[in-house]
Amino acid sequence: MVIENFGPTMVLAILPEILLVVLAGLILACDAIWKPETKRVLGWLTAGGLLLIMVISFLVATPQGQGRLIFGGMIRQDWLSFAFSILFMFAAAITALFAMDMKGVGQKGEFYILMMISTLGMCLMASAADIIMLYLAIETTSIPLYILAGFMTRDDKSTESGFKYFLFGATASTIMLYGFSLLYGFTGQTNIYQIALSFYNPEFPKIAIIGSLLLILVGFGFKISAFPFHFWAPDVYEGAPTPIAGFLSTASKAAGFVVLVRVLVSIFTPSAAPEWINLLAIVSVLTMTIGNVLALAQKNIKRLLAYSSIAHAGYILIGVVAVSQLGITSVVFYLIAYLITNLAAFGVVMTFSQVVGSDEISAYSGLSRRKPWLALAMLVAFLSLAGMPPLAGFIAKIFVFAAAVKVDMVWLAFIGVLNSIVGLYYYLTVLKHVYLFRSDDEDKPLFISRPYTIALSILIFGIILVGTLFGPWFNLSTQIASSLF
Amino acid sequence: MHLPILSVIVLTPIIAGMLILLVPSDRKNIVRYIALAAAIVALSLSIWVYFNYDISAGGYQFVEKYNWLPELGISYYVGVDGMNAPLTLLTGVVMFTGVLISWGIDDRPREFFAFLFILASGVFGVFVAQDLFMLFFFYEIAVFPMYLLISIWGWIKTREYAAMKLTLYLFIGSVISLVGGLALYFGSGLNTFDMIQLSQANFSESFQIFWFPFVFFGFAVLGGIFPFHNWSPDGHVAAPTAVSMFHAGVLMKLGAFAALRVGIMLLPVGAQHWSWLILILALVNVVYGAFIAMVQTDFKYVIGFSSVSHMGLVMLGFATLNKEGLTGSGIQMFSHGIMTALFFAVVGMVYDRAHTREIGELGGFSKKMPWVAVAFIIGGLVSMGMPGFSGFIAEFPIFMGVWQVNPIIAIIASISIVITASYIIRIIGQVFFGPMSEEFEHHIGDVTIKDKVVLTLLCVIMITIGIFPSIMSGMVSSGVDRILSLFGGA
Repeated sequence: MVIENFGPTMVLAILPEILLVVLAGLILACDAIWKPETKRVLGWLTAGGLLLIMVISFLVATPQGQGRLIFGGMIRQDWLSFAFSILFMFAAAITALFAMDMKGVGQKGEFYILMMISTLGMCLMASAADIIMLYLAIETTSIPLYILAGFMTRDDKSTESGFKYFLFGATASTIMLYGFSLLYGFTGQTNIYQIALSFYNPEFPKIAIIGSLLLILVGFGFKISAFPFHFWAPDVYEGAPTPIAGFLSTASKAAGFVVLVRVLVSIFTPSAAPEWINLLAIVSVLTMTIGNVLALAQKNIKRLLAYSSIAHAGYILIGVVAVSQLGITSVVFYLIAYLITNLAAFGVVMTFSQVVGSDEISAYSGLSRRKPWLALAMLVAFLSLAGMPPLAGFIAKIFVFAAAVKVDMVWLAFIGVLNSIVGLYYYLTVLKHVYLFRSDDEDKPLFISRPYTIALSILIFGIILVGTLFGPWFNLSTQIASSLF
Repeated sequence: MHLPILSVIVLTPIIAGMLILLVPSDRKNIVRYIALAAAIVALSLSIWVYFNYDISAGGYQFVEKYNWLPELGISYYVGVDGMNAPLTLLTGVVMFTGVLISWGIDDRPREFFAFLFILASGVFGVFVAQDLFMLFFFYEIAVFPMYLLISIWGWIKTREYAAMKLTLYLFIGSVISLVGGLALYFGSGLNTFDMIQLSQANFSESFQIFWFPFVFFGFAVLGGIFPFHNWSPDGHVAAPTAVSMFHAGVLMKLGAFAALRVGIMLLPVGAQHWSWLILILALVNVVYGAFIAMVQTDFKYVIGFSSVSHMGLVMLGFATLNKEGLTGSGIQMFSHGIMTALFFAVVGMVYDRAHTREIGELGGFSKKMPWVAVAFIIGGLVSMGMPGFSGFIAEFPIFMGVWQVNPIIAIIASISIVITASYIIRIIGQVFFGPMSEEFEHHIGDVTIKDKVVLTLLCVIMITIGIFPSIMSGMVSSGVDRILSLFGGA
């Protein structure tokens, strides 16, 4: 892979990132000028600004042909980086809408600024082609998220959540950094594609490759909350402001998967393919099983969604393990489907707790009588998580399992499908409260403000769209995946 | 004549369901009339398809094919042949009668009809699907709403338990066959989910023998095959009347039909290899189901277990893999669907008035509800396989087919007819005749006009087929010929 010399088109390639910085600056300025009562409008500004950036990116920053290495090999512009940047911005826009009416969160400008910086970091994670750039991007993503998780400083749980996330995150990233330093030490290179070339030498000691792989996987495993680095997720999700929990479980996790896939496919597949495949297959089985089994016992909806998101990381890992064109395509498709679905699930939780003030599953009793539309949105989101047609989650699961069957890992597909039955059980348990049980609060009104309505409608529509007309999405995923090979 | 008629049938219920969701929740009658209109459309179109199917031409007709995801060979591909045309008609009938029976539902009828219609769309979709992916897609759509329908509107004592049990059983079955289906797709190397092409893929013998049990038994769980039948009586009993009708009348056929279409038709060698196992399990279904039905004291459980027993006959016919057996099974699926829908409708009518289903406490209902009593007796005669009714047309060929395979099994299976007669006659005697207890004497009235329409329609269908079997047997046997041709003209 050739590193291109500097040219003006390179600036266009990072235009989305530049505009994100501009938007963050704009929010900062407005935050300083506007009166406190009007600060809620910052949410509209953020969402609208992100929408504009997405449109501009489509117009000018669409990658042409095969990917290219730019800015001295720091950044790779290809469909993977482009599409996921769009996806992260979409998630951030939706999260901004969900946060707008949250007391003590949505009226503060710094919330939106931190989120923009974190999104910027994710976009760079998706495009980083150099381990130094990669590390910086991961830190740019994480540090604002530590603050955001502990954003509600008056709330003990939120503070605990932020602190816990920080401790786990800092430790994991240190270990990962050590792995990166080994990569540099062994090869004298920092560019991912150059390192891959050095590793390709069959005389290179395998122990060195696998050793650095293990260290790096600690950091990535933390980001995607895979076993055994999943312990932070339930506590952090429970304490963090709900929109941020949703953001963590979707965009941040997707970013983790993007770098995981890029590093594994580029660096380690030629040199250590059987080893990491076996290792990650076991991790995948343990991740989904532990996530699903622990979710069974949860009483708090955010903890339940946390364990469910751990389980979903396990399913996605099936696709990673089945490394092939179809495997990576299924990972990308799954990430798209999962991102909109889980955002919708957290959106419903946010909408509900905003009015009712509780995250206990039992508080959801009677919701279908109280607010049929919200109940229906929840039904769609949870069924998509459980993998029911005609919703996005079903198609995503089929593709992942199909990828496993294709590479003769039928046993993994079987463990996956059986796990999805366990998942179905606890999603139904929640829906049972929504549709079946009665409560005394049934007649109390439940007011849904406009940002929630807009965001939830977009997401629900998206879930059904991806689940029925899946052809274009699949082709997009194929194109994204093929940029890796 | 290129009206996409099958697509209209498949999509009418789900579109009506969406429409119903948009109606304000207090306009309950609008909801009901939309539901009725959609049901009438689906029923009349399925009748039209049934009678316009050209038997002499055979094969798949009314075919429509649209690309869904050409890169993976997934298409929306529908068509009817001699096997699934009767089942499409059955679904139309049960949907129509189910709407009439559910007219009185007062708790959230909007959601009830919406979920019921999503289910109906799923059922239609599976029956007409020619694409394996599409079949799975609609299969799961058909199974899931059951959970909500049973758990929300079901019998309060067991609904939570039964709904969850049913859902988990069925989904374990469906995901196992899903993996099998994926293995077929990749094993064939054809890069298509088109079942007609897959049936010519020439899978190796060891491949077929390995994968057949996964695919067949995965679907057969929904067909109620022993030992995976346990969900079904509980589910039937807990479900509200219309859902029981759908469930026993149509959904169990869905499982049997998918097992036939995917298991037997795509993996014929596997089917031959494993037919002894299906034969034995189905025999257990037939006899054991009938015995269990005999000792039940709850009216609805009797019918629930009788469904297990009768579905055993369908599986028994499949296992013979010969013309008589398969034809019998094809007719039995239709006949049993109508019959069991009638039974559950009757149980629902009795329960709604008596508020108990204990057979010992009921009695003398023929005086108050003569229509219901007559209808139940007709259903009972069908169930016993009496000549002149559709049950005979269905069961007799099955026994003929089984006899050719193994006379001993045919003899054992025929015991079930005697047992069936015993429990049906017991119910008729105790529920509809005999003395009526004091508490019922005063407050029990006759059924409504809508209920009578339901009963009449179902009875007329059963008698018509009994007297004019050629209406159905010619069609089914044309479908069976296609299946047998996959066995190398056996």
